[in-house]
Amino acid sequence: MTRAVEVRDLVKTFGRTRAVDGADLDVAPGEIHGFLGPNGAGKSTTIRVLLGLLRADSGTVRVLGADAWHDAVALHRRLAYVPGDVSLWPNLTGGEAIDLLSRLRGGVDRTRRDELVERFALDPSKKCRTYSKGNRQKVALVAALAADVELLVLDEPTSGLDPLMEAVFAELVTEAGAAGRAVLLSSHTLAQVEKLCDRISIIRDGVVVESGTLAAMRHLTRTSLDAVTASPVDLTPLPGVHDVTVDGERVRCSVDTEHLDAVVGALHAAGLRSLVAQPPTLEELFLRHYATAEARS
Amino acid sequence: MSATTGLGELVRLALRRDRVRLPGWIGSIVAATAGTAASFPTTYPDAQARLGALMTIDNPGTTALVGPLYGEGDYTYGIMVGHQLLGMVAVVAALMSIFTVVRHTRAEEESGRAELVRAAPVGRTAPALAALLVAVGANLVLAAGLTLALGGLGIETVTWRGSALFGAAVGAVGLVLAGVASVTAQLTEHARAASSMAGLVLAAAFVVRATGDVSVEGLSWASPIGWAQATEPFYADDGAPLALALGLAVVLLAGAVVLGRRRDLGSGLLTARPGPARAGSALSGPFGLAWRTSRGSLVGWTLGVFFFGLFYGPILSESSTFLDNVPVLEEFVPDVEASVAELFAAMIIAVVAIICAIPALQTVLRLRTEETSGRAGPLLATALSRTRWALANHVLALLAGAVVLTAGGLGLGLGAAWSMDEPSWVGTATGAALAYLPAVAVVVGLGALLHGWVPRAVGAAWLLVVVGFFFSYFGELLDLPQAVLDVSPFTHVSQQPAVAFEAAPLAWLSLVALLAIGLGLVGLRRRDLLDA
Ligand SMILES: Nc1ncnc2c1ncn2[C@@H]1O[C@H](COP(=O)(O)OP(=O)(O)OP(=O)(O)O)[C@@H](O)[C@H]1O
Ligand SMILES: [Mg+2]
Repeated sequence: MTRAVEVRDLVKTFGRTRAVDGADLDVAPGEIHGFLGPNGAGKSTTIRVLLGLLRADSGTVRVLGADAWHDAVALHRRLAYVPGDVSLWPNLTGGEAIDLLSRLRGGVDRTRRDELVERFALDPSKKCRTYSKGNRQKVALVAALAADVELLVLDEPTSGLDPLMEAVFAELVTEAGAAGRAVLLSSHTLAQVEKLCDRISIIRDGVVVESGTLAAMRHLTRTSLDAVTASPVDLTPLPGVHDVTVDGERVRCSVDTEHLDAVVGALHAAGLRSLVAQPPTLEELFLRHYATAEARS
Repeated sequence: MSATTGLGELVRLALRRDRVRLPGWIGSIVAATAGTAASFPTTYPDAQARLGALMTIDNPGTTALVGPLYGEGDYTYGIMVGHQLLGMVAVVAALMSIFTVVRHTRAEEESGRAELVRAAPVGRTAPALAALLVAVGANLVLAAGLTLALGGLGIETVTWRGSALFGAAVGAVGLVLAGVASVTAQLTEHARAASSMAGLVLAAAFVVRATGDVSVEGLSWASPIGWAQATEPFYADDGAPLALALGLAVVLLAGAVVLGRRRDLGSGLLTARPGPARAGSALSGPFGLAWRTSRGSLVGWTLGVFFFGLFYGPILSESSTFLDNVPVLEEFVPDVEASVAELFAAMIIAVVAIICAIPALQTVLRLRTEETSGRAGPLLATALSRTRWALANHVLALLAGAVVLTAGGLGLGLGAAWSMDEPSWVGTATGAALAYLPAVAVVVGLGALLHGWVPRAVGAAWLLVVVGFFFSYFGELLDLPQAVLDVSPFTHVSQQPAVAFEAAPLAWLSLVALLAIGLGLVGLRRRDLLDA
């Protein structure tokens, strides 16, 4: 089966800036894929190339099996897009903007549209210029989610939504996934990504540095341990142990996942009284990636 | 914190943003004015030639376009400058002021940038005042530049005193319109509407002046352009009328400050009402969208140009009566075949045609705004192709040109038919105006071409409009070589009804326009979309 998104060695430069510098990205059909990275990493640029709005300098970019640049128009019937900063026509109402975008994509499913308007609690009779940021975002979301498409491309779609509306959004994305739609979701809301996404890719300085399921990524990282032992134990000499703090019989540290066995063995030998092990949160995972990105630049 | 805290910083910011734009405006105005003035001694080498110029130019049609003649029979180079150039240069300075003020006030609010600025320790009236100060400064520099450039020409009758008054008169009109723009910027929520409203005031000032100079004694005193021309530079050299302009500018500024205090940031005086929750069937494609976003402005232009023509209609009849009374003048009228009314109709229609290129080009430039505002992205991420998107817009631009041209011709024709009791004028004037459609299409074509290949420079298409204006006003006067005149598409159109209709140039122009639009579309298909 063809991949929903297949990017190989994509390069996109703006003058001297190398916004995307050899990125690879894969989204399987029906998969909800998180696309993460620090500000300016190249997420929006990659997405705009996927949509045929920007032309790749080099590399292959295939969406739903077709070329993103040459087959853009035909492709766009099969996908829907929501940008992070929605700008609308000031003298159109929200409802008109939704209908216009839907018609341009090929038609409006009225029941679906009305249902979404209701779920997002949007007043479609207001002029776009009077909408708050979150409401403008909702207009774009309704137009995109009402469409019967195979792929949703969402670039920070929930920036500006209140928590209630974010929950509605999460439900709708889950429903889209269940209906077999692929979703590419760029977001800085890690909890949302953690909850929704089957797989994630992390881009940094224009290069995708990690890609896989969250579980697999966690495996590559550290687990934090908080243990109380009968007698004090010195974990520092063991390989793969970091950030050790000792407080009497209590010891805290983080351990590379592949060395977990040895460390737990050492704790056991010291007479384990209690042990709390925590997998790294997505947050920690990212902070590490983002921090190295910062150190490099 | 006072209402003007941060004024200095804001002025500096505005100057930084306008570091190319304002010198460009000022430089081109000064260069065009001084260049034209410098050419007079070559074009009219002796008193005989100047008398000839006086004879051809002393008629109601020309008066309506450039302003009243003054001086006692001796049409010196100085008076030529004051009579022929002052009105037009003042209008251009007024446009510069309008754009500058709106760009730094309402456009900033509309974009949301003003919110960031006002959240800093910046006084409530500081942004409006900063914009106005920049406009005032620009007009002062312009006045000084004109003084130096004209005075420095060393033409005997182009005196330093007159040059200074010419510069001051131009600057004064600029100041008044800067004041008008600060008021309109408070009234509407949109920068474009604010500019259009101020532009309408300018057009009214022009028409009032024209009517006053030609037929209604004293009416010109109701127009700032009339005040400027009442100074009669290089002849009477009377600066007193400019006091009126300064007074009005101050009143307008005070009005803008008062209005600005009463409203919220980002809002206008009119509030938006709710509209339909579903799109009507007209709003289903790129053309429907283009129409919805520009219809207000296009309707405004159509009405404006129609009334402009209507006002000039009676002037045609004045001009023919005028000539009947002074039959000797017939000799100086270049084309013996045509009646005087026909000659003047041709002149006015030529000007109307170039005015009609403005809304057409604005419609093309909308595409760039759609891109930079971030609206084009989601639009083109639907099944809408770039070609269809842009083409729909270009078609609307051409239709707008056709409709506005028809309105202008119809207005003039109706006015003339009514005042001369010759119904045939309606068809004649409308047909003559429509003949300019291919020329307007070339302007649209240039816009489309630039939008396709160098979208950031698409504004350069305005040059063609400016050149067109300049040539149709001064082309013959300056005796410019045909090769130079040919740059303007408007000079290729046969000047009906003064001369016979010629189809060939229209076919060429249409071909060039279509080619340019086509090439533009090719470019658009190959390039990156502009970023928000
Ligand atoms: N049109 C452009 N011209 C020049 N540089 C650009 C342009 N568009 C993007 N860039 C640069 O490319 C890089 C990647 O930008 P991009 O918008 O893709 O980042 P992003 O990952 O979406 O960031 P964010 O999380 O802030 O949205 C940035 O350094 C940006 O400055
Ligand atoms: Mg981004």
